[in-house]
This record gives sequence, structure tokens and C-alpha cells, in this order.
Amino acid sequence: MVQLTGAQLMARLLERQGVRTIAGLPGGAILPFYDALSASERIRHVLARHEQGAGFMAQGMARVSGVPQVCIASSGPGATNLVTAIADACLDSIPMVVITGQVPQAMIGTDAFQEVDIYGITVPITKHNFLVRSAQELLEVVPEAFRIAMSGRPGPVLIDVPKDVQTQLITVDEFPPVAVADPAPQLDIAAIEAAARMINEAERPVLYLGGGVVHAGAASLAVQLAEQGSLPTTMTLMALGAMPMDHPLSIGMLGMHGARYTNLVLEEADLLICVGARFDDRAIGRAAQFCPNARIVHIDIDRSELHKIKNAHVAIHADVKCALEALLPRVKAALRAPWLSQVASLKTRFPMQFPGEDDPRSHYGLIRAVASALDDDAIVATDVGQHQMWVAQAYPFRRPRQWLTSGGLGTMGFGLPTAIGAALAAPDRTVVCFTGDGSFKMNIQELDTLVEEGLNLKIVLMNNNALGLVYQQQALFYGKRQFASEYRREPDFVKIADGFGVPAIDLDLADDPVAALAEALQRPGPCLIHATIDREEFVYPMVPPGAANTEMIGG
Amino acid sequence: MIEQVADPLPQAGCAKVVLELDVNNHPGVMSHICNLFARRAFNVEGILCMPVSDGRRSRIWLLVYEDQRLEQMVRQVEKLEDVLNVRRHGAEHEVFERLEGFFH
Ligand SMILES: Cc1ncc(C[n+]2csc(CCOP(=O)(O)OP(=O)(O)O)c2C)c(N)n1
Ligand SMILES: [Mg+2]
Repeated sequence: MVQLTGAQLMARLLERQGVRTIAGLPGGAILPFYDALSASERIRHVLARHEQGAGFMAQGMARVSGVPQVCIASSGPGATNLVTAIADACLDSIPMVVITGQVPQAMIGTDAFQEVDIYGITVPITKHNFLVRSAQELLEVVPEAFRIAMSGRPGPVLIDVPKDVQTQLITVDEFPPVAVADPAPQLDIAAIEAAARMINEAERPVLYLGGGVVHAGAASLAVQLAEQGSLPTTMTLMALGAMPMDHPLSIGMLGMHGARYTNLVLEEADLLICVGARFDDRAIGRAAQFCPNARIVHIDIDRSELHKIKNAHVAIHADVKCALEALLPRVKAALRAPWLSQVASLKTRFPMQFPGEDDPRSHYGLIRAVASALDDDAIVATDVGQHQMWVAQAYPFRRPRQWLTSGGLGTMGFGLPTAIGAALAAPDRTVVCFTGDGSFKMNIQELDTLVEEGLNLKIVLMNNNALGLVYQQQALFYGKRQFASEYRREPDFVKIADGFGVPAIDLDLADDPVAALAEALQRPGPCLIHATIDREEFVYPMVPPGAANTEMIGG
Repeated sequence: MIEQVADPLPQAGCAKVVLELDVNNHPGVMSHICNLFARRAFNVEGILCMPVSDGRRSRIWLLVYEDQRLEQMVRQVEKLEDVLNVRRHGAEHEVFERLEGFFH
């Protein structure tokens, strides 16, 4: 039997849950909890410079480790600053437990200083949320939050804790058991058999992998299925790395910036086996014209994804890993020589093109040079924009959780703090963050955190001095009326890095950029690598928004 | 990143549907449920909620118009942590009819 404050109890519950690193930023309403954390010998606190940074650091840790991670903030502005990172986690199904301080219960609803209804604000962007009313409730709520965050389709859970709950004394007789994920849903074997039959009978099947394959730890099973059935395999942005990019059955990423042949192969398919993907509009283009000749098998842990965008002929509500395990012994080994040769011919005729890939001063060349200097252990994060799409197209991803990007929300500013989180979770790996000048400026303050933590993180800044992707869209779809997408001045990023104490190199000035790059990537610790990118370079191919995937421009 | 170009919204049908939900009884539950409908611009025509048994649970009755999105709507509601059960009834269900007297 121990007597604890609510704050101490929270710290103990997090420790018991295995939490070892928390990112956050303090303020009045969360101070009792910070006080309790200061006494924790097991939990290390990483002080972010902006709460959004803390949110993305937790995401980075979660994306790399696959287990729920924690970020904390104070009430009011602290809590609202977390909103973007929470929404981002929700759309990409990232397990996260967010703890916010709240004004004392007696003051809730009075417009007290730094009071916002973060519970109400986060209803549509969390998997679930709690407003805790007593220290006693924490015994149930904290493990519940972890269980919900990691069960089924993962996602963020928010716990809003009024200050008086944090200071309330409670006698704890027994701690609740450590939360574990719910068991997977019962497998519908009849549906699995129907799916296997459809795969065995198909002449031109395509396997379509989504982020769910990565979340479920099912990437190697998916590759095994592809190999057994000779299934050409495409991946969404979120699934990159699930199958090695250079695998003979990989047809790369589909959708808006996928290769021409990839989208054309899908057009020919007579069966689409969708595993842990959700038919997002960036992936499938105009839904009615996507895979017009294909029957659909759809496997997903989230039942509401089934039949949401496309009606599936066989819909399987299951944990992707369990479903693939059950499917494997039922899928006949097949060669599908005619189909694979048709795919190969499309690939030869409409390949992904990487102009300038041998020139490290061009966008593709820079990405390739970074990849050549690293091995598959490296973790690659990006920000959002053209640079993100170029990396998705050109970087040779070969393992799940190698690639961290903001898919669903497409949040500029994601890169640096997420990469910091990744480096915190995997201190023995090199982490590279490809960023754009626009995105970098959105969370640039986290350079300070980076230096303080001394992480092995390299930032590759692809600087076109523009909001490049917007500039591109205005060029292509708004009559070249480039408005508010070019910067009229350019900061000196190398000096900024220097100001924060981050070593920096400017590839523009290097005589041998490949050597300079390799040297910078090998040197342990933080580093900014600056490279100017031509503003007139666009991401191709491109499916215009709302068009069918076959209506690609360029590439 | 860029604007969405989607097919026009399906028009709501005219058949009424009554949904019966068993939920945990605490202050946030209604907002979780109503948010799902509001976000999709799905009008809830009628709503009724009362605690049941020992007050730890409530029953919520919703009156909506049948439309293509209803199936998806119901699945989203079922996903909510505090929703234990959803049952679907046709327009013939009398729960709202019996309340008519209070609205005239
Ligand atoms: C927070 C946020 N605001 C606005 C956008 C819209 N947007 C998408 S890409 C982009 C430009 C990104 O510029 P930069 O980071 O320099 O990358 P580039 O496209 O130039 O490679 C913008 C403004 C967004 N995705 N996120
Ligand atoms: Mg830019």
C-alpha cells in the first residue's frame, strides 16, 4: 500500500508500461506531473522547443519502435500546439499517448487562464480521449489509453488531467496490470478460402500493400505471399520498405507520383489484393476508374475501411499478419509467366525515370548519393513537399520502419522532430532527414533539442527557396500564376545551423560533393547538409488531383 | 496538399432509420457520437438518450434518413470506444413517434 499524488501515480503507471523516454514542454497546469517526473529514475524527459516538436518526437519513437510513445504539454496553448501532431498520428495510425495538463476542475468552463477544451478539440483527431476526474480514475484510464492506442488499428489517445487531479492524494493498494493489445479478431476462414481461390484463379493479380502491413509486422509474410503466387506488388507511400524496392516482384509506389508502369499495371489487373491499405485518393486517383477490370480482396483490421471507397468482392476483417498466415498455405505456388512478362514489358516501355540521377547536384542524384553512402540500417525521415515525393520515388527502401513520412496529413514540419524521435528510439542507427526549405522553417527550433541531445542525425536540406510543390501545382494547374509560393529572400541556413551549434556543410560549395556528403554522413553527431535544388524541377509523373491514375502528366 | 475533386455528395434518401445504441454513460459520449455525424454533414433528425439500469450505461436513440453513407456511418459509430452495441430498426419503430406529442 502506497500513498501517492495523482501525478506520482501517473509517472508510476507510465514506468510500469515500459515508457522510458517522454518528449514535452512544461507549463503551469502540468507542473505537478513534471515534479513527479523529476523524481523518476526510469523515465527520461526530452525537452522540446515547441509542443508540436514534442508530438512529432513521440511519433518518431513510435514509428520506429511500433509501441505507443508519450508526449506531454501544459493546458491551453501547450495543448493546442500538440493538435497537428495528434491529427497526423491519427491519419497515419501511429500509437501515441498524449498527456495534457488542464486547469483545476473547479475552474473548467470559466474561461480560466490557459483553459481550452482540448478534450472537445481532439474528439475527431484521436482514437479516443479522456478527461480525468479523480486520481482514482487514473488507475483505469492510463492502462486503457495504452491498450486503445496499440489495439487493432493503432492511433493516438489523449488524457487531459486537471491540476487538482495531479495533486490529489490517493492510496494505492495494487497497481493495475500492464496494458497489452487486445487479441486479434476471429479469422473468417471461409473468407480466407474464398480469397485464396480468387488468387489461385486470377490471371493478372496485383498485391497492394499499405501501412497496415508495417504496423502489423507482416512485411516478410507479404513478401512470402508475393513470391509464392508470383504477385506483382505495389506499395502505398506508407508501406514503402515492406517489400525491398529492388525485389523482382516490386512494381514500386502507386498513385499520384507513382511510376507510369505501376499505374498501368494496375489498370490491367484482374484481381487486386489490398492488404492493410485504405484506397486513399492520393494512391488510387479517381476511385471509379481505379483498377477497372479487377475484382477486389480487401484485408484490414479496421472494419470501417472495408467497402468504404471501393466495394470488395471478399472483405476480411482481420489482423493482417493472421490473415496472411492463414492465406499462405492456401495459395498455390504459381509462375504466372505471361502476366509477369506483361508487367516486365510495361516496365520497360514506361519505366520510372530519374533524370540526373548520377549528378549529386540534382534532386534525384543527391538522394541516390545519400543512399549510396548509407546502408539499410539507416532510418530516413522526410518533410512534406517535392523533396518528400522524390525521396519516396528514388530511395532504395529495403525494410519496414526504415521510412518515416507524414502520409495522411502531409504535415510540413514533421521531418526534424520526427527524426529526433527516431534517433532517440534507435541511438545506434544513422537517421537522415530530407527536408525542404519551407518545411524546415516550420520546426527549425528543434535544432536546439537536437544539439542538446547530441543525436546522430543528418539533415539534408533540399533548398529551392520555394514552397516547391505549391509552385509546381500553380505551374501545372493554375496557368503558371505563381503566387505566394516563392520566397523573396533567402535565409542563410548554414549560419542558422551554426547559431544553434549544428555543424553544417554546403554542398553547393564543395568541389567533390559526393565525397563531402559521404564524409558528413559518416561523422557521428548532428549535421546539416545544404544543397540548392533547381526550382523548375518538378515531381513527375503526376496524376492531376481528381483524375484517374492513368491520366499521368510527365515522366 | 491540393484541393480534392470528388463526385457529388449522394442525396439523402427519404426512408427513415432508427438506430439504437448501448453506450457507457459519461459526459463525453454524446460529443463523440454527434461529432461523427456532424463531420460528415449527416443530419441527425432525432436524438434521445436516457441512462439504463444502474446508470453506468445509457441508451441512445437516433433518427436518421437512409442514405448510401449510412452503412459507413454505423461502422464508424461501432468503432467508438464507448459504444457497446448498435442495432438498426426501420421507420416503423415507435420510439420517436410516441414522442410526437411533446413537439406539437
Ligand atoms: C503545415 C502545412 N502547410 C501547408 C502545406 C501545403 N504544402 C504542401 S507542400 C508545400 C511546400 C513545401 O515546401 P518545402 O518544404 O520547401 O518543400 P519543396 O516542395 O520545396 O520540396 C506546402 C506549402 C502543408 N502540406 N503543410
Ligand atoms: Mg522548398
